[in-house]
Amino acid sequence: MDTTDVSAFPLRLEGDAIPMVSFKKVTKSYGNLVVLDSLDLDVAEGEMVTVIGPSGSGKTTVLRMLMTLETINGGVIYVDGEPLTHMERDGKLVRADSRHLRKMRSKIGMCFQHFNLFPHMTALENCMEGPVHVLGMSKKEARERSEELLAMVGMAEKRDQHPSRLSGGQQQRVAIARALAMRPKVMLFDEVTSALDPEVIGEVTNVIRRLVAEHNLTMLMVTHQMGFAKDISDRICFFYSGRIEEQGSPEELFGNPQKERTQQFLSAVKEAS
Amino acid sequence: MSYFEFLGQYGDRIASGTLITMALTVLSALLAVAIAVAAGLMRMAPNMAVRGFATVYIEIFRGTSLLVQLYWIFFVLPLFGITLEKFTAGFVAVGMNLGAYGAELVRGAILSVPKGQWEAALALNMSPAKRMIRVILPQAVLIMLPSWGNLLIELLKGTALVALISVADLMFQVKQINGTTFMSAESFGTALIIYYVLARFMITPFMRWLERVMMRKMGRA
Repeated sequence: MDTTDVSAFPLRLEGDAIPMVSFKKVTKSYGNLVVLDSLDLDVAEGEMVTVIGPSGSGKTTVLRMLMTLETINGGVIYVDGEPLTHMERDGKLVRADSRHLRKMRSKIGMCFQHFNLFPHMTALENCMEGPVHVLGMSKKEARERSEELLAMVGMAEKRDQHPSRLSGGQQQRVAIARALAMRPKVMLFDEVTSALDPEVIGEVTNVIRRLVAEHNLTMLMVTHQMGFAKDISDRICFFYSGRIEEQGSPEELFGNPQKERTQQFLSAVKEAS
Repeated sequence: MSYFEFLGQYGDRIASGTLITMALTVLSALLAVAIAVAAGLMRMAPNMAVRGFATVYIEIFRGTSLLVQLYWIFFVLPLFGITLEKFTAGFVAVGMNLGAYGAELVRGAILSVPKGQWEAALALNMSPAKRMIRVILPQAVLIMLPSWGNLLIELLKGTALVALISVADLMFQVKQINGTTFMSAESFGTALIIYYVLARFMITPFMRWLERVMMRKMGRA
């Protein structure tokens, strides 16, 4: 159900500095429960934005909407200048059909809290699945690309293992390689360390650190690892009950939070860790 | 006549009946699997007409007696111009009946594949058909295999009803033998043992083997 008239939104974003991802007055609700309330958020190309906030603040929903796992109730999301949730028909924006969604989805990759590797495929097969069966690549080419990525995440030696034989940290690294094999422009990390034992969190965060350092990927991340977020993010957004309560550089937000709720949240997190 | 003499005299007929029963079981199992997958998927189709068709099919074939369905297919369909040879009518009836039960197994197994698998397949931008064929169904198969073991044993036992439209299966043969010899204990006792052996030493080990194969594919064996 569309509650917002989208006629006021542009058919595509134009100008010099088009953000890679742009949420424009995006609203998401389940019945009467408003999860996101008129969200405006731009992420520039190559920018690493981390979303933090208490549970139920809508932070995971931001990523899920961008992956088209959730529909939105109002507003428009643009990716790479083009509308994601909508498409142009007769000079107007209408709801995206499945074809448009498939075209736009190819720009986005996502890693999940519970990895969601395909259990009936080996690590290598997991990585090759998308390139072969979605991008139509030859098996040889897909294998080369996948082996390269598995080597990058330090999983080359385990490439023939099924997920059930891998630790959580190893599975998550394979999941990152699998998403990267599709060559997305935007990567989404949804609490990728939350389901991991403390001693293996580092192996996953190190992979993401390397991605940030060596590649110009646009990334959106939801995490509870504040130290990690502080180290690698260009910008931190603090979400509170469906809105961005405060945002800024890690130094600003962690060092000198302006809003009371941000201060409360950060001190609560500090006490817990 | 001793039991050995009985077997010597009627062994051939019992063996030929057993072969017919096995052929019926294999053919109706193949039909049941095909129908179960098709109807199970149709039950989850976005289109209401498709869903409705599958629901009606499942309701009718689960809700009425297999024997009545068999009689319908063999005696009533010819009145509408569709005449099936009795062997065909036999395995079609059993296959369609068990396929309706199987459809619910397929649907249940598909729904119990974790939601994260659907989401990961979508995040890889797989088409709905690829998601189902490459990601969901292989996992659903492993979930539903144990229940299919039971269903196939039911199916084997269900084939005995085709004797009533005079398909020369195991049940038909022992009934005939009983009719001429009046050695009821020997006739029906032998049938009992053969049905048990087929179920216990052929279907069950076959399903176990299939489970092991699937487990190995999951890297869990």
